[in-house]
Amino acid sequence: MSTGPDRPARPARPAGAAPPPGPGAAPPPPARPPAARRGAERRRRSLLPYGMVAPAALLELLIHIIPMALGIYIAFTSLTQLTIRRWTTAPFVGWENFAEGLDPGGALGAALYQSLWRTVVYTVCVVGLSWALGMAAAVALNSRFRGRGLLRTLFLVPYALPVYVTAIVWTFMVNQRDGVVNRLLVADLGLLEERPFWLIGENAFWVLVVVSVWRLWPFAFLMLLAALQSVPDEVYEAAAIDGASNWKRFTAVTLPVVRPANGVVLLVMGLWTFNEFDLPYLLFGETSPESARLVSPLVYEHSFVNWNFGLGAAMSALLLVALVAASALYIRAVLPRRRA
Amino acid sequence: MHVPLKPAAGACTALALAAALTACGGDGSGDNRTLTYWASNQGASVAEDEEVLRPALDRFTEETGIEVELEVIPWSELYNRILTAVSSGDAPDVLNIGNTWAASLQETGAFVPFEGADLDAVGGQDRFVETSYATGGAPGEPPTSVPLYGLSYALFYNPAMFEEAGIEEPPATWEEFVATAEELTRDTDGDGETDQYGFALEGGSERQNSHMAFVLGRQHGGRLWDDGPTFASPEQVDAVKMWVDLMAEHGVVDPGNAEFSDGTQAVGDFVDGRAAMVIVQGSTRTSMAERGFSDYEIAEVPVLDPLPGEPVQSIAAGINISVFTDTGDREGALALVEHLTSPEEQVYLSQEFQTLPVARAAYDDEALGADEHMETFRTILAEHAEPMPQIPEEGQMETVLGEAVAGLFAEAATGGDVSEDAVRAALEDAETQMNAAD
Repeated sequence: MSTGPDRPARPARPAGAAPPPGPGAAPPPPARPPAARRGAERRRRSLLPYGMVAPAALLELLIHIIPMALGIYIAFTSLTQLTIRRWTTAPFVGWENFAEGLDPGGALGAALYQSLWRTVVYTVCVVGLSWALGMAAAVALNSRFRGRGLLRTLFLVPYALPVYVTAIVWTFMVNQRDGVVNRLLVADLGLLEERPFWLIGENAFWVLVVVSVWRLWPFAFLMLLAALQSVPDEVYEAAAIDGASNWKRFTAVTLPVVRPANGVVLLVMGLWTFNEFDLPYLLFGETSPESARLVSPLVYEHSFVNWNFGLGAAMSALLLVALVAASALYIRAVLPRRRA
Repeated sequence: MHVPLKPAAGACTALALAAALTACGGDGSGDNRTLTYWASNQGASVAEDEEVLRPALDRFTEETGIEVELEVIPWSELYNRILTAVSSGDAPDVLNIGNTWAASLQETGAFVPFEGADLDAVGGQDRFVETSYATGGAPGEPPTSVPLYGLSYALFYNPAMFEEAGIEEPPATWEEFVATAEELTRDTDGDGETDQYGFALEGGSERQNSHMAFVLGRQHGGRLWDDGPTFASPEQVDAVKMWVDLMAEHGVVDPGNAEFSDGTQAVGDFVDGRAAMVIVQGSTRTSMAERGFSDYEIAEVPVLDPLPGEPVQSIAAGINISVFTDTGDREGALALVEHLTSPEEQVYLSQEFQTLPVARAAYDDEALGADEHMETFRTILAEHAEPMPQIPEEGQMETVLGEAVAGLFAEAATGGDVSEDAVRAALEDAETQMNAAD
């Protein structure tokens, strides 16, 4: 990402001081060597940053760019179990996969758009709730009190747990017959007459949302807490002396301060959540119930259950374009511009 | 910390790749011949399988001097591992496949077709039990796999519960089966809640659902595939409705079974005494033994009476074995297949894994007579089993059809509509999905 957040709290530069070196720029030489040596030195130094970036750039190319390009190429081929053995020579079919998979009138396209919409709703719910919880916890733990360290550690546990463990424990908890959730709701509290199903039918979507939030909110908490800690206590004290209420201090001091961090946190969480695959796969198995079928598991199903890689790739390409466009708009609209 | 780590990670990847590339495939016919064998997970754990297979492979090494590098692969990974091996060419010499994948994998062209000298090298067609041999690939083409372990579904029942209810014989017809299951669905402790059900099933399992749709469909005279999906034919609708009605109409299946999908939970209910009967494959006996449960009897799967279709009780289930065409040691690979399917090894393996021998001659062995259930399984597999449709779309068909039936169980469990029209609509929807993805 080229537009990183600038810290508003950064101390002002003393007048007349040299600007800080930009990334990759050479610091000013300490003494003046002879002209010839100076030229060689400059050339060497101007190549140095490229040399240092080269390994990372090469690996980026190998690990990200080439597979992505291959994926887009596959979207234009008929890659199935018939052709997988010599996949480089799979027949080129042009836009056929896109026409088939993305046509809202067809069975596949209709299912895709339905799950796309569901994924959007899911992302909004998960990111919104995670952010709200993370923010509340960060504000609460920003002031000093006994046991703060313990609580901070405790809050991070869901984030530190492997997703597999999280999913298994939750499936035990929401099991219809013996799960602790139904035990609480039906036997202990008597809120419901019948034990509801959580992993099949309409409730499956909400279970997915709850488990995702449970896993994700500590990330928001961690990032926002870090941002909050850059606010000097004096600012809050000054606001309090001016008679600002707690709510006013939150909206007028806290929120503006964490705005840049917020921008990044929401973007990252949004992208992760939109592409969520592990949780539904672990909670529901290879195919999720209709109410909870997100887009990534759907693409997986087309590619690895039905062996239609071309179609899966075409759907992935659509997602890639949609996510890149959404991210670009978001970055322009929300994230602070780099000051010239 | 990310940037400095990347080159290191890259270097590791490159090293691993190089290692993988140099290590792949057989060693050809040099002095030190080594084959790589990917085995499916048959027993209670990967480690247990390694223990069982090692002696069988050591006997092979003793006979031929060829070493075998064994890797036991869990079912959840096997399909994708094979796929990766097919596309990369970095494949084992010999491998196991689920026999319902045979036609799909045949189409990749990555496996040696068993015909002529290659078929003779593994013992010839006559070596194998006919129904199992028929699962080797698409009909009319040389098979690209031969059977290794035979399996069939059977009706497992709890004799103690039968006795308590005064039922003497296991049900033979579907009508008797439903009546028996109703009889055995009870509130044993008088708290007003049913705590013992007549039958348990994996309502969310695509495999069991699609297999039972096939079996019951054949009994009704239907088929799942006829140049295309025929899931919603009147016969198939009747078959699926009959299966779902065990929960929806007769109430002999705990609605909680609608959530079961990992293939072990229905058996769990049976072992825990929460259900009196299950219809599962014979290999389930290893996990029952693992849980210390042996108080069960086995009978043939109930059949419709009168029977409009065929007396099919099970799919011809099982595991097949294939040789990759890219093997550097075809002769050695075929010899390994011959060894593992030989009557002697079949007797050993079927006892260890609770499977059925696929070599006819193995049934003459006295050691197998000690297994009281063997005859029932053998009868079902040899006389009342048919392979699932052998089409390249089989895997997809199991998913799409099984998912549709799982959806009906979810409806049944949550009080939704599972009328004949609803069943037909769900199956028609599944057909549309199959056709669209074709």
